[in-house]
Amino acid sequence: MDRAAIIGVGMTKIEKSKVRETFADMAWEAVNKALADAGMSIDDIDNVVTTSSDFWDGRTISCMAVGDASGAADKNTSCVEGDGTYGAFYGYTRALSGSYKTTLVTGHSKGSQCISSLITNASFDPICERGLGMDMITACAMQANAYMNRTGLRPEDMAMVSVKNHGNALKNPMAQLPMNITVSDVIKSEMIADPLHKLDCSPVSDGCCAVIIAHESVATKFKQKPVWIRGLSLCTDSFFFGDRDLARSNALVEAAKNAYKMAGIKDPKKEIDIVELYDAFTYQELLWLEEMGLADYGKAAKLLEAGEFNINGPLPVNPSGGLLSGHPVIAAGLYRIAEVVMQLRGDAGEHQVKKAKTGIAHGVNGLCGQSHCVWILDKER
Amino acid sequence: MADQFQGIEPMVYQSKINVPYSWWAGDTATRFFVALRDEKKIIATKCGACGKVFMPPRKTCPLCFTANTEWVDVSDEGTVLTFSVARRQLAAIPQDRKVPVIWGLIKLDGADTAILHYLDEVKPEDVIIGMRVKAVFSETRKGTIRDISHFKPVK
Ligand SMILES: [Zn+2]
Repeated sequence: MDRAAIIGVGMTKIEKSKVRETFADMAWEAVNKALADAGMSIDDIDNVVTTSSDFWDGRTISCMAVGDASGAADKNTSCVEGDGTYGAFYGYTRALSGSYKTTLVTGHSKGSQCISSLITNASFDPICERGLGMDMITACAMQANAYMNRTGLRPEDMAMVSVKNHGNALKNPMAQLPMNITVSDVIKSEMIADPLHKLDCSPVSDGCCAVIIAHESVATKFKQKPVWIRGLSLCTDSFFFGDRDLARSNALVEAAKNAYKMAGIKDPKKEIDIVELYDAFTYQELLWLEEMGLADYGKAAKLLEAGEFNINGPLPVNPSGGLLSGHPVIAAGLYRIAEVVMQLRGDAGEHQVKKAKTGIAHGVNGLCGQSHCVWILDKER
Repeated sequence: MADQFQGIEPMVYQSKINVPYSWWAGDTATRFFVALRDEKKIIATKCGACGKVFMPPRKTCPLCFTANTEWVDVSDEGTVLTFSVARRQLAAIPQDRKVPVIWGLIKLDGADTAILHYLDEVKPEDVIIGMRVKAVFSETRKGTIRDISHFKPVK
């Protein structure tokens, strides 16, 4: 099979409210940063994939609206609705198709401009569920309860994720919520939906991220060191919660297994050096780590407590601060890819981890992690 | 570009995306809602191949990829698989519901998959996974999921 690599990344700072910027302003910044990072001009890009969500953007065909600012004029442009990792997946398959050499992928979102409770409520089944008034937070609270009941996880265990990730964000200039906090601060923060306190939840955020994916034939043609895509898979679980086992994530187990197989990874615990995953809520970091095979089921909290996932630990998880420190929906997974790329290149600055050859970037789409996209990226080809 | 926002509030355009929309409930949900409304009965579809009984009723079995042709009655009692309690009056919560609002994922006896609904007549701190609950039907029923008012603990 042909190979492809990521040869440029660009991200805006993640902020609570970019009131001075439009969607196109954010895309302009991220795209130009990615081009500069790659040492390319817009003429070197032969196709564009934009990622957005019409409900979040408050307009239809929202992904087309950032085309101009993404340099898509007269190029083959396509759109993906969902997390940025899914847009990038499409970009990757375009690179492998043989028809495209350089794909620019963007993902943008401004949570500040809408009411996330109403937007996420609209993702429930309109006939049988939506009128009951659940949203992303109350849905994930349900998943957290199921997971805690199954594994014996305590609120204090989940809170450690918040402490670690907000602490990591202190060293990431792109993060929205760098904070020096304690487990007790998390437990004492407002209870929004049992068992999720305010500091167990990711914030509402604005941001845009762009990555450039190149076919192997041109991956070393530009100035930037390529980071190679070694394994990639996405899998989706049933839509209705009642059809799934909410305390587990079969979709992530499958996606990770497929990605490891493609990458030739036999023992992920030993072979993965860094992870950037979709911690929209504290418990998710633990559950996703377990379902990716990086900890035994119900045991991730023990490893976290022992410092295994710290920025200077054996397996740094979300050294950027993760979604808990900034969650631009749609763009969030693309930020994970960009962060892992910077880590593997040794360009992460203050939050650079020590040894990083192989990393995982992870994106989620749907309520309670209905769908998962797992990327295995590598410094070496 | 010069900083034209220096010392002033950036301009914000206030609007909304409130577009009326009608969903055709489909023949499967229609039959389910009519039974709730007219008979206070909960019915579900069953897969002819694997035998799974689906709540809410589905026209097709997602596992076998076959059409569900059979309808069966399921109990108005079931078990709470998991739950959540809203403490903040989140925007999605209907006007007639005040916090704390409790939702349960409830597996009714005779069904293989669980449905979402309210838990009520119980304090949030008394709700536990595995508790037995029973449907309470609404006085006025209009053929919607809220023809079931909520589920309450089985005494
Ligand atoms: Zn079946």
